[in-house]
Parts: sequence; C-alpha cells; structure tokens
Amino acid sequence: MLRPTPRLSSRLNRTEMSWREKIWQINWSLITILTAISSVGFLTLYSAAKGSLEPWAIKQMVRFAMGISIMIAVAVVDLRFWMRHAYGLYALSVVLLIAVEIKGTIGMGAQRWIDLGFIQLQPSEIMKVAMILTLSRYFHGASVQDVGRPTFLIPPLILVMIPVALVMKQPDLGTAMMVLMSSGAIFFMAGVRLWKFGILLAGGLGAIPIAWQFLHDYQKKRVIIFLNPDQDPLGAGYHITQSKIALGSGGIFGKGYMNGTQAGLNFLPEKQTDFIFTMFGEEWGLMGGLFLLGLYIVLTAFGYAIALRCRSQFGRLVALGITTTFFLYFFINTAMVMGLVPVVGVPLPLISYGGTAMLSLLFGWGLVMSAYIHRDLPIGRRGGHDD
Amino acid sequence: MYHDNDRSKLFSRRALMLAGGKGALISALVARMYYLQVIEADRYTMLSEENRVSMRLLAPPRGLILDRNGTAMAVNQHNYRVLVVTEQSPSLDYTLDALSQIISLGDHDRARVIKEAKRRRSFVPITVRENLSWEEVARIEVNAPDLPGVLIDVGQSRFYPLEHLGAHILGYVAAVSENDQTNNDPLEELPGFRIGKAGVEKIYDMALRGRGGTSQEEVNAVGRVMRELERREGEPGVDLSLTLDIRLQEYAAQRLGDESASAVVMDIHTGEVIVMASTPSFDPNAFNRGLTHEEWKDLSTNPLAPLQNKAISGTFAPGSTFKMVVAIAALEAGTISPEQTVLCRGHTELGSIKFHCWKKGGHGSVDLVNALKGSCDVYFYEIARRVGFEKVAEVANRMGLGVPTGIDLPNERSGLIPNRAWKRKALGQPWHPGETLINGIGQGYCLATPLQLAVMVARIANGGQQVVPHVARDLIVDKQAVPRVAPTWKSCGVSQRSLTLVRKGMNAVSNEPGGTAYRARITQEGMFLSGKTGTAQVRRITMRERETGVKKNEDLPWKERDHALFVAYAPEDAPRFSIAVVVEHGGGGSAVAAPIARDIMLEVQKRERARVAASASYDVAEATSFDAHMAVAFGNEELQHDHGHSCGDDCKDHG
Repeated sequence: MLRPTPRLSSRLNRTEMSWREKIWQINWSLITILTAISSVGFLTLYSAAKGSLEPWAIKQMVRFAMGISIMIAVAVVDLRFWMRHAYGLYALSVVLLIAVEIKGTIGMGAQRWIDLGFIQLQPSEIMKVAMILTLSRYFHGASVQDVGRPTFLIPPLILVMIPVALVMKQPDLGTAMMVLMSSGAIFFMAGVRLWKFGILLAGGLGAIPIAWQFLHDYQKKRVIIFLNPDQDPLGAGYHITQSKIALGSGGIFGKGYMNGTQAGLNFLPEKQTDFIFTMFGEEWGLMGGLFLLGLYIVLTAFGYAIALRCRSQFGRLVALGITTTFFLYFFINTAMVMGLVPVVGVPLPLISYGGTAMLSLLFGWGLVMSAYIHRDLPIGRRGGHDD
Repeated sequence: MYHDNDRSKLFSRRALMLAGGKGALISALVARMYYLQVIEADRYTMLSEENRVSMRLLAPPRGLILDRNGTAMAVNQHNYRVLVVTEQSPSLDYTLDALSQIISLGDHDRARVIKEAKRRRSFVPITVRENLSWEEVARIEVNAPDLPGVLIDVGQSRFYPLEHLGAHILGYVAAVSENDQTNNDPLEELPGFRIGKAGVEKIYDMALRGRGGTSQEEVNAVGRVMRELERREGEPGVDLSLTLDIRLQEYAAQRLGDESASAVVMDIHTGEVIVMASTPSFDPNAFNRGLTHEEWKDLSTNPLAPLQNKAISGTFAPGSTFKMVVAIAALEAGTISPEQTVLCRGHTELGSIKFHCWKKGGHGSVDLVNALKGSCDVYFYEIARRVGFEKVAEVANRMGLGVPTGIDLPNERSGLIPNRAWKRKALGQPWHPGETLINGIGQGYCLATPLQLAVMVARIANGGQQVVPHVARDLIVDKQAVPRVAPTWKSCGVSQRSLTLVRKGMNAVSNEPGGTAYRARITQEGMFLSGKTGTAQVRRITMRERETGVKKNEDLPWKERDHALFVAYAPEDAPRFSIAVVVEHGGGGSAVAAPIARDIMLEVQKRERARVAASASYDVAEATSFDAHMAVAFGNEELQHDHGHSCGDDCKDHG
C-alpha cells in the first residue's frame, strides 16, 4: 500500500515540492493508526477517572489534537531542513539538559523539566528526537568504508554518551536506556559490524559493577526487587506485584470496561501514567492486550515500510530510529508492568497520561511522515541537493 | 548516487535483522501475557479478591462556640490516650504492671483492657486510659524503651471552660447512643465520636462537626493495616458565635442564686437573646467524660431539674403578666375604652361562683392603666368576660404565647393558651364561662415559658412586630455561617394605640407610687424600666381555706408555693431590651422576681452604654482596630467599677 506509482515517484524526484503536493502526500493511514492507539488511551483514562472525562481524558484529547497538528506541520517541512538543523537541535538539547541539571541542583530533588508557562518542557524528551536526527545526519554522508573505520565511530559515540550521562544524572534511568538503545539501533542500521557491538556490550557488562556505584539507592532497590520481587511484596516490590495481580486477574476477556477492581480500589499505583497498560489489561483481558499490541505492531510495520522505501540514507535512518524509539517505549512499558524488566519510568506511548511524551512522540512521527513525503528526494552529503 | 546501492542493500538487511529482534521481544511479551492472564489467571483472581482497601475516617476538629464578645464557651482539648498493642508487648500483664507504676491505673481499667484484649485481634491498639495529664504523658515517653507495645495517641475532646455557665444554651456532646437519630454521617460510626445532645451543640451539630476526612489504608485478608495509600483531610467545623453576653449571663445566674429560676433578656428589635439563665445548672463536661450512674441519678431526680433549660422548657402559668394581652384583646375588639372604669370590691361573681381579687379590700374604681398598675384581678375578670376568651387567645398567639417562639434551641415547649376547640379536643369538655375569668388573669390552663413572656413584652415594646428570638449570631446555611441581615418582622396586627396604652400601664407599674413594682424601679436616668408583676398560684385555694384564712406562702411546702414572675422592657422612653424572670415557687412577683429583673436590666443597660461609649470614642479617634479592641476592654473595666457603685445605690434605695 505504500508503494507509489512510478509516475508519481518521478514527479517527487525533484529538488522542490509545492505545499499542495506535500499535503497530497500525507499518509492518512498512519494518522488513522496513531488515532486508534490514542483512542485506546482516551477510553482507558476515562475509566481510570471512574467514568469521567476529568481530569485526564479530556486533557489528553486536547494534547493529541495539538500533537497531530504539530506532526503535520513537521511532516510538510523539507526533510533537508531537519537535516541541516540536526546538530543545532542537539546542541540546544544539551544546553537545556545542563540547564535542568543546574536548576535541579539549586532547587529540590530530581527536576527533569523546564517550566515554559504553557508547557513543562522535558529536555530529555527533545533529546530523544535530537539524538536520532544527529546520528542520522552523521551517518548520512558515510560510505560503507567510512563506517568500517573504528575512528569514524568515536565522534558519534561521544555524541551519545554526553546526553546519556546527563540524563543518568537526573536521575532518569529509563530515558538514558532508551537513548542508548535507539542510538544503538542507528549504529546498527548504519552498518556498524556486529563484533563491534559485541565488544561494546562486553565492555558495558564489565562496567556494570562500576555503574552500580553511581545508581541511587531506590534504583538499586528496583533492580534487586526486579530480580526477586517476592522479597518485599509490600515494600518497593508493591508496584510489580499489584500490577501482576491486576493483569492476571483480568484473564482472557477481562473484567469488563470500567469494572477493574484493582485500579478502582486504588491498589494500582499510577494507573493513569506508567501503569495504564495494567489497567487496560485488567479490564479487557488478554484479548484487549493482544489487540493493542497488534496496533503497535502495525504502526511499527508502517515505520519500517517508510524507512525501506526512502531514497535518502538520512530519511531511512530517521524513520527507523523513530520507529525503534517508539517500539522501545511500548516494549519497555509493557514488559515492566508484566514484571519482565525492572520498573523504570517509561510511559506507554500515546496512551499514558502526560503532555510532553505525547507531543514529542507525535513530533517524531511527523519526522517519519516527512521522510515519507520526501521519500524520493535525493539529499546530498551536507543536506543540499545531490552533490 | 555514489554508493547508495550498497548502503541501501545493507540497510534492508539490517532492517530485517532488527525487525527479527523486535519480533522476538514481542513474542516474549505475548508469552508473558499468556502466562499471566491464562495460566496464572486463577491465582491472580484469588489474590485480587484478597486485596482490599479499607477507609478510615478522620474526625475533623469541632467548631468552637463563643459568646458575643468572643469569650470561648466550648473549645477542643487534646486528649492524650495511652494504648497498648498486645502483639508487641512481651505480655499484657507485664506491660500493665509496668504502666501502673508510672501512671495511676484502676482495677476497673485493667479488667476492661484484659477483656478487650481477648476480644480483639492482637495488632489492634487497645485504649488503656484517656485524658492523661501532660506529666503522665512525659513519664510514659521517658520510659518508652522499657514499654514495648505502648503507644501515646492524641485525640480531641470537647471542653467547656465556663462549666455551669450557659450550660443550658451550650448543651453538651456525648457518645452516640442507639436512640440517637442518625444523619447518615459516617463520622457517627467512629468509636469515641461525640455528637451534640442538647443546646446549640445539638441544633447546630452538623455545622459544628465539619466534614470528616478519610485515610485509605490497604488491608490484607485478616484486616491488618499494611499502609496508608491516600489521605484526604476533612473540613473543620464552623465556629459558632452566640448572641449571649457571658458576663451578663454570669451576673444573672448569680442573681438568681440557688432558686429554681430562669431569666431571659433579649433585644426587642433584633431578637438576639443576650441572657438566658436557668438555675440550677450543670457541668456539661461531665457528659463528655461520661456520667457515673450516681451522677446521672442525682441530676435526673433533682426536684430543681438542673438539666432542664427552664427558659424554654419550663412552662408556668403566666399569672398577671398575661393581663397586657387581655387588655390588648379588649381594646382591639373595642369592648372597652381606656377611660372606662370597673369597680373592684375585692371580688366579683359569676352565677353562684365568687372570683376573688388578690387585694382583699378591692381596688375601687379603676380604668385600664390603673388596673395594670395595681394588677386588679376584678377589672380583668370583667373585661375578659366581655371580650370572650376566644379573642384573647387569638391575640395571645399573635403576641407569642401558646406557640413556639422558633428559637434555635432544641426542646422548646409551646406552652398553652386554651380555647374552646382545644378543650373539646384535649379534655372532651365544653368551655365553662368561669374559665374565661380564671384564664383572663393568666391562671387556669394558661402556660408560658419565660422566653415566651420575654417575646411577648418585646412585641409590646417594639410596636407590635413579631420578633423571633435567636441565640446564634449568624445564620447557619448549608454548614456555613452567613451573617444575618437586618430582619424585617411581620406585624402582630395590633394597633399602636392599644400598645401605647398598655405600655403606659406598665410604666405606672414600675414608676408610679402604688405600682406593684414601684419598689423595684430603676432610678438611673435614661434606664427606667416598665414592667408587670405576676404571681402564679400553683394550688387551688379552697372555699374552706378562704373562710379559715389563706395560709401564708412561706408556710406551704415548696412544691405548693406560688411562682414569682416579672416581665419588663427598658429603657422606658426608647425600648431596647425585654426581660422575663420566673422564680419557681419563689413567692410574690413584686417582692421576689421584680428586684432580680431590675438588677439584671440595669446591668444590661450599663454594659450597653459602656459599649456605645467605647465605639463612639473609636469613631472620634479613628483608631486602628487594635485600639478599638483596647477601648472595648477598657469600657468593660469601667463597667465593673460601676457595678459596685450601683449595687450600693440600689440597696440604699430599697433598704
């Protein structure tokens, strides 16, 4: 369905496209599937508020509408624009991360956002997108030979490690892992040999005892609890245990919409944010869970199709990077609530209640859409027309 | 496209590999989902049933009750309790022994704790003793390391710092009993929760209570609290300001002394009740603490009825204080003119029955004003007969007798003003003409509360407006205090001419020589009172007694003595306050009730004058509110000095 006709393709194979042509190229199937996933979120938030649009569902809908507008705006912007400004965006994100760090040091506790008045900006969310754009740009101009040279890989590794270190320090283990893994995916897609990953992985594993020292107590606790949740069922393991009880008690067909007892009785922590999948699973059972998983898989498949169809390496890497980030979101979140991975603060994409995540995700999908609209646009090494 | 073909191929290959990896991860998710929701579903369903949240209510602080000047009448005190958790103490006996060495612990308490410990689960804290002193708390805290399982807990308990003073208006709080009406307020379920049982504590109970908070606790299958999940603080109760002036209340109570008596002072325009004394009184703190059987027996069987608020629940024959109403009824009906006279020879006859005037020799020829002044019974027998009691009763109702006044206090009685319909219904008998005469002087079936009498006088003095008394300064609407707006009262439907005449008569009673209360007049300029005495017979004087000579009141047993009544308004020229004093079985109205009423009324007016002076000085100086506060305080000081003087003057005057 994504295969355009050769004629259209040749028409698109031009330096400039008019706005009308771009609007025509908008992929409505993609928007439909995004809307479907978000609607599952609205329904669940409505139930989480015991059958009320307030306080969550209505706000989430407004944010979704805003997000879709942003997405379309991002999509019609020339892909080369994003490429040209990739490093600038990255630099900005790093500055913001440092700003948050300083502000957080002066203020109290872990502060991850900057208050802009109308929205609370999370620099780490911007960084997720900026990282993908930056690495995509870096590898866009690289030949297979370039990628083969180890020295060529040192600058991007540094580019990755700076924000990861900053996010770690916030401390936001979940986001750090996400940035690390989606960056890894881009390295992989760019053609970095597998054995090099092997070395990095071995090095990483070796560094675990050292990294352990830097983890906060509650993070250590979470990992230990993950490894042995029965150790403290009413302490820190509470979340996982309660989540498993809620999910498990849902059975195959669930307890029915708005009939989730665990969430209703407030046994379920953060039922509207990180643990929303649990609530959904309790009410809709295995069938509901599989349905939602299906929607996510379809969306991922769209991302892959767009990436594979794209003519420019930049577009391919961006599309796949965003898709992978999105995949990591829902995988980590669902795996977390099912007790497969430790509890880290990763929301269920497009469904969990929360503004910045929704906006940054749709911004990301806007980039994927842009890659789709500009799929036949050849891009030169430095982001100009083919040189 | 320099090397794009290579890269494109590589990209596709890698994409496939990555997709494969993702597929594997998704398979893991599906497998896990299947495991949780299908294979283990039964186990988790069972666990979810066991998960329960219990709601614990948090009692909000009860609203304070203050008098009109802000003096605290009802407050909340910390109530320190010592609790023991059996499962945490090595042995209950050991812990109780250890406790009894540092705080006093009765055998009774001990037995109760041991009994309760057997009944309850071992993790439930059991109250060992309440109302610990600060010293006892300190001693327990110091020894805490040696007392495992012993906890100190702070609750709140109601405290009435003024004790007996104003107790009838305040009422009291006590534990909820089975007979209490429930208001579907979950707070009532709380162990140890106290609700208002009398007085304003009862009538404004819901507003004073506030709204309970909740604490959501997770409990396991056996009911042990595992953790607090959510806490929602409640709303504290509304603080209630009363119209009472506690200093005047204290004075009135002192003045009534040990008699079984009542005094009510109210503002005739606003309906504010400034004094409502009923003696003897009780200590409301005893109810909160819990009465012993003996205490309860003493209170409830005392012939002087200390628990009863006689101002609203005691009903007495109004006696001669009823004569104003009869006069108004006759004037309104046009049966008499003010100048018309009746000849009093000491008695009158209706058929074969003789009706006596209190004055043996008779009053001679009297007109309306003189009949009131000398309280001539024959005059009122005559005009009651002429106008008929149906009309009198109707006017009496409009003046506030025979119907509840509608004051914001519980247990108000409506008294009784009889008529034909009532008698037929209640007694199944027709009305006798003689009853018109007897009831025409406020005897017979007539009954009124002291408050009703004060309201009656207020309506006479304020020009016939149906003022309604109240004790709460603010209106309580939906548990919120809303300031009262200046009230507009309905009219009694009585002409000013009649009221002026009646007031003239009342003035004569107090301020003209020969008036029944002339000896108990106020001599301070601008504070004169106008009143009416009343002496209500309790027993019937038989014919034989009349012949052999009526026994003196003092010679009768207490229960058979006359009630002494006095009603008045003041100041004479610009009425502002009305008063009713009833001394049960006290004797004559002029000798017993009038001096009491005079003293109270004088005190009320002096205090009012001091208040006005203080606020006037405030206006002139344009002082800050702090200064104004000081001025009021200063004014009060002055008043106290004044009080000493005036008493001396009065004593001289009437000595």
